[in-house]
Amino acid sequence: MKVAILGAGAVGSSVAELAGEYGHAVTGLADSGSAAADADGIDVDAALTSKAEEGVVGSADPSDVLDGEYDVLVEATPTTLGDAQPGFDHVRTALERDRHVVLANKGPVAERYGDLRDLEAASDGEVLFEATVGGAMPVLSTIEDFGPDHITAARGVLNGTANFILSRMGADGLGYEHVLAEAQDLGVAEADPTFDVDGTDAALKCVIVANVLAQGEREYSLEDAEVDGIVDVPGSAIDLAKEDGRTVRLIGEVSESGAVRVGPRLVPENAALAVSGTRNIVQLETEHAGRLNVSGRGAGGPETATAVLADVGRLAD
Amino acid sequence: MSDSSDEVNAYTIRLELVDEPGELLRALHPIADNGGNLLSIFHERGNLTPRGHIPVEVDLEATPERFETIVEALRSEEFTIIQAGADRYGEALTVVLSGHLVETDLSDTLSQIHQSGNATVTDLSLSAPEGTDDVSSARLRLATEADAAEDTLAAIRDIAAQKDLCVVEPLTAGGDA
Repeated sequence: MKVAILGAGAVGSSVAELAGEYGHAVTGLADSGSAAADADGIDVDAALTSKAEEGVVGSADPSDVLDGEYDVLVEATPTTLGDAQPGFDHVRTALERDRHVVLANKGPVAERYGDLRDLEAASDGEVLFEATVGGAMPVLSTIEDFGPDHITAARGVLNGTANFILSRMGADGLGYEHVLAEAQDLGVAEADPTFDVDGTDAALKCVIVANVLAQGEREYSLEDAEVDGIVDVPGSAIDLAKEDGRTVRLIGEVSESGAVRVGPRLVPENAALAVSGTRNIVQLETEHAGRLNVSGRGAGGPETATAVLADVGRLAD
Repeated sequence: MSDSSDEVNAYTIRLELVDEPGELLRALHPIADNGGNLLSIFHERGNLTPRGHIPVEVDLEATPERFETIVEALRSEEFTIIQAGADRYGEALTVVLSGHLVETDLSDTLSQIHQSGNATVTDLSLSAPEGTDDVSSARLRLATEADAAEDTLAAIRDIAAQKDLCVVEPLTAGGDA
């Protein structure tokens, strides 16, 4: 498959690096201001070196990539809320050209699911977005394999930064600000961790799961989610939970009634849901097979890139 | 719901006590002596009934058979029973509240939760490592009527929102692990 990649951050760069290993050619790579494009395949190493050393991917324009040659467009630009632009227009352009789209950008799937599906219906191209939920974990493909009709509810830990902070606070009795600073030093938390700690990132993922489970019967966006973060959870709350054999985790859930909620929850200390560090987990309640746990690395460049490339592989079949 | 008589349920008994020393203790004996496990006692001192009695609400756990024995024993001791067992507190919930608990009047918070109608606070632990003037946390154990857990949590969310408190809720039904 010929793959063009929009977004040259951690995920986009990793997709470019790993695409060859998965048997795909990269015909374009673009960040917000520069690009490398070649219908026969770009020199990925040169483009990434140029990006690292000179701050530009190459001498081409990002629009050359979007309008250039590819079978699959990988949309890995930063997630934006509301109209989900410019990611949404990238998807539109590719689908109107009857190309496939693989999203790592959560915006279009969480905020404009109906619009996205309409564009897909009018196109010969397909849209896949495994990478938008749970990084390397096969959450959406598992739901797809089981059939959304046979899954009644989903819940899980879907933000590694928040989980790292809560597990450190619990293990060492440290305060929120202290652990956040440590997480930033370790590169676990970004300089601006707002979306991670206020629950927005986990909520976007839950909204995407809700959209997949609803199969078009109901459309969800971030507005439909009830979201609380972990900023106001003091160490004393975690201490009291521990005395009671529990701990606190930021849990996102899509309930049987279809309600989407994210917030700090009491979880039994030894429960599968009480993953530690940056690990993520999703529990699916199935109709005939009880509870299914999918756990693993929920973020990171190469991790998320494997989910993108798994989607590209599905489109190639 | 199983019909097994071995099953322990939570019950509420509402009594009216004569305002005399030792009456509360005397009322608790028939419960303890007949195998009831006391969960909480809500003693509304200063809030007399029209008959000049003191209303008391007792939550307890017992098998259905033992509960009947307890009620009979209370009646034979000539206590006034206003209500017995009509509310079946089927579920225990644990929540943690954090914020300026003391400043926002913790006892008012608790009585608001109680007055929300569906729940009784059966246990409370407070942690205020920075002193009571600062942010503190309280872990509440609540007994709620079967199927009322969601309503109780909704009421707690409302109260917490009014007082700008953070609620750490339990997982909802089915999410025990």
